[in-house]
Amino acid sequence: MNILSLFVLIPALMLLGLWVARNVNQVRGVMVTGSSLLLVLSIWLCYFFVSERSAGNTDEMLLVASTPWFEPLNIAYSVGVDGISVVMLLLSSIIVFTGTFASWQLKPMTKEYFLWFTLLSTGVYGFFICTDMFTMFMFYEVALIPMYLLIGVWGSGRKEYSAMKLTLMLMGGSALLILGILGIYYFSGHTTMNVNEIAAMHNIDPDIQNVFFPFIFIGFGVLGALFPFHTWSPDGHASAPTAVSMLHAGVLMKLGGYGCFRIAMYLLPDAAQDLSWIFLILTTISVVYGALSACVQTDLKYINAYSSVSHCGLVLFALLMMSQTAVTGAILQMLSHGLMTALFFALIGMIYGRTHTRDIRELAGLMKIMPFLAVGYVIAGLANLGLPGFSGFIAEMTIFVGSFGAKPLAGDPDTSFRMVATIIACMSIVVTAVYILRVVGKILYGEVENKHYLELTDATWDERFAVVCLIFCVAGLGVCPFLFSDMISPAAGNILRSIGVM
Amino acid sequence: MNYSQFLNMIPEATLMLALVLVFFADFALYKSERKTFVLGVLTGALLLCQLVPCFLAEPATAFGGMYVSSPIVNVMKTILTLGTFIVVVMSQKWMASNTKLSGEFYMLVLSTLLGMYMMMSAGHFLLFFLGLEMASVPMACLVAFDRYKKKSAEAAAKYILTATFSSGVMLYGISFLYGAVGTLYFDDMAASIELTPLTIMGMVFFFSGLGFKISLVPFHFWTADTYEGAPTPITGYLSVVSKGAATLTLAIILMHVFGRLVEYWEPLLWIVIMLTITVGNLFAIRQTELKRFMAFSSISQAGYIMLAVIGNSAQSLTALTFYVLVYVAANMAVFTVISAVEESNGGRTDMAAYNGLYATNPKLSLLMTLALFSLAGIPPFAGMFSKFFVFMAAVGGHESAPFWPYFVVFIALINTVVSLYYYLLIVKAMYITKTEEPLPTFKNGAAINWSLAICTIGILLFGVCSCIYEWIDKAAVAL
Repeated sequence: MNILSLFVLIPALMLLGLWVARNVNQVRGVMVTGSSLLLVLSIWLCYFFVSERSAGNTDEMLLVASTPWFEPLNIAYSVGVDGISVVMLLLSSIIVFTGTFASWQLKPMTKEYFLWFTLLSTGVYGFFICTDMFTMFMFYEVALIPMYLLIGVWGSGRKEYSAMKLTLMLMGGSALLILGILGIYYFSGHTTMNVNEIAAMHNIDPDIQNVFFPFIFIGFGVLGALFPFHTWSPDGHASAPTAVSMLHAGVLMKLGGYGCFRIAMYLLPDAAQDLSWIFLILTTISVVYGALSACVQTDLKYINAYSSVSHCGLVLFALLMMSQTAVTGAILQMLSHGLMTALFFALIGMIYGRTHTRDIRELAGLMKIMPFLAVGYVIAGLANLGLPGFSGFIAEMTIFVGSFGAKPLAGDPDTSFRMVATIIACMSIVVTAVYILRVVGKILYGEVENKHYLELTDATWDERFAVVCLIFCVAGLGVCPFLFSDMISPAAGNILRSIGVM
Repeated sequence: MNYSQFLNMIPEATLMLALVLVFFADFALYKSERKTFVLGVLTGALLLCQLVPCFLAEPATAFGGMYVSSPIVNVMKTILTLGTFIVVVMSQKWMASNTKLSGEFYMLVLSTLLGMYMMMSAGHFLLFFLGLEMASVPMACLVAFDRYKKKSAEAAAKYILTATFSSGVMLYGISFLYGAVGTLYFDDMAASIELTPLTIMGMVFFFSGLGFKISLVPFHFWTADTYEGAPTPITGYLSVVSKGAATLTLAIILMHVFGRLVEYWEPLLWIVIMLTITVGNLFAIRQTELKRFMAFSSISQAGYIMLAVIGNSAQSLTALTFYVLVYVAANMAVFTVISAVEESNGGRTDMAAYNGLYATNPKLSLLMTLALFSLAGIPPFAGMFSKFFVFMAAVGGHESAPFWPYFVVFIALINTVVSLYYYLLIVKAMYITKTEEPLPTFKNGAAINWSLAICTIGILLFGVCSCIYEWIDKAAVAL
């Protein structure tokens, strides 16, 4: 059996274990065992990948395997990883691991909560290991639907509205995706659903590509918070329980960027070059609009949700630049944003669990009351606004350098348009600093206004553990980015060569 | 006459035998206290045995091409027999309050099934018509089975009136075709049908007649009232088994008999399908009565089933049959839950009854959720596979004019989002909506549990196990 299949098998066994679990402690036991196994597995995978590469293995994908599934339709269960999927798997397991600890105390219906949570993570892992369009799509949808119940049942605020809005918008996106997948399959000669084989054939008529590219790019773009399809994101994040926000912003939104790159751009290369300008405009709007919107919000979760829109917009923005540096930056940004946002949402959840409000107008002086959480929040904030030494700086720097120096494309021979777009997008850095520092200054420092808060306690052990893990990862990525960029860059190069821009 | 020809009709013959057995058993148990139970078990067992001849049946013809049993038809017979089996199992609890007429109930069910067999295996319009009537007249009795409920009688009246009217329209169309072509054999007609106004008219009338049975828009008006009034197991039977038989027959006739007129029936089908899916969905959103809700949902599902046909290839038949199989499991699960709730709570089928159901009946709610997710096309449940394959079949096989099929599929895809919305409304009622008085915890009884277990296994496995799709595909390609 292929080792990658463990990424689906372990969650499946976890589902089984949760199903038979009798009490909360057994549920926690299953979750901790399973998610640590996955974490170990993904770290081992990184190690294996690096050592294979340094041993001179230059295959596009490693650990490739394929089993026919629906033979008459050329659907197969094919797996394989390149540098991009390896780091995405690592990110997912870190978030699932810390998410488990962040929802340690969750009530009621703990068992059901973790059942849906695990189903969601099954979808995420499956999506990253698969290389068959149908199977990828299947896992993609598996990852989406548990969201409805996770937000609807365990959420807060306008949870029913948000859950429905999120589910319907994302499913609308996947409806577009089905059409795109069918188009790619039939117009590439309906012989295979395998992503790599279709890319190698490169036989779809450019006009047809232009028809189907928007379907797939928007289909995944909805999940990647592409303007104007991002509106599910703030409501969804604000209503979701802590761990779900973490998983959603941390991993699920990455499915969007990954899909845009791996399916839309990789399989429809001519259209990607022809039409990138339209989506560049949209993503530039995402970046700036998201940051500006974050400035006027008063709910902590809304602020971070809009900040996510801005940062995920930056991912799509960099992918569309189609230069090796920018794409590497985009993947680093996915990692970095995933970790930072998870950290942010974890901290917000912990603060909310104590103060029962997320309104920044009512919070002040938390540094005196809960120093651990407050310091964590400052670190997350500084990482988010791009302080050197943390992951945000690395990712954004790589993106902007790569974008500014992007080479001419077939559909856009003059690079000045993209330089202007880069300059506009750069402005978001300043705006980010504004909304981060505003929040940090307002809620952490100053006099404690509400005397009841003085009785609140600092973080418990499980919370501390989750926070420390995430801070460690954010700083690790900031200090040693080469560990990851060396894996990502060749993989990005392979795909860009296939697109024909390198 | 060569009587050995009857041996080519083994599935029909064994089903006939089962019918006779139930008839005599009914006599024998005339005064028995346990008549209903014994008859139910007997019918169920006979239907299970019936799966064997259907599954093993070889392709054969009889009576000079009157009767044609192709592999795909045998597959569909197997599926529909399974569906009928589930109906019989789930109706146990409801039958317990109708003991007097239980013999009639099972005989009527078996004879409608026999009619569907005939209809699907027809190679001649007369046998086809005979089968159709045999399937729909006993069905009217079944719809009226709740004798002391006004709604049931109303439903039956509506059903029988539309059924006879549509039969009339269809016969009118068939007579046109006979006048134009001079034969009623499918093969001969396929070979010699010409494009004339008369054949087009004949085809359209025929299509409308069957459209009534499948409840395609604009021939769907009877559906909601009939589904609401009929006893719940019969509503399930109508929405799944009867619909499955009619869609496969329509698909075979369109693709085979009217194969030469494909340019004319395809646009017709595009428009009807888009209307069916959209109208069914939009009306479903506003329903608060669960059986009416399922009626509109099943109208739109019928559109998805027919969507496969626009691909006009063997793959279409596979996708259609597979969809019906998955639909049997998912829809029967929903109707079983409706029936369970209805029987245990004094006949409540309104959506408000489901508020907070998860708190009191978690297992039942979970199974209902799985079934609804499957209907909405959410993986890893079977519904997503069947929907995807239908879409694949619909756009496949069009090398020259690819735009329209993609457009129809696009409309269908948008509608999946709408349908997800209203299926989620029920999920929301069960899990999220708070209520002062949720239904009390109740016991389902063995029959309901069995029925739910079979359906759930289907929902979980039919999609993931590719062997089932490949089994159907082999049969469809062999046509």
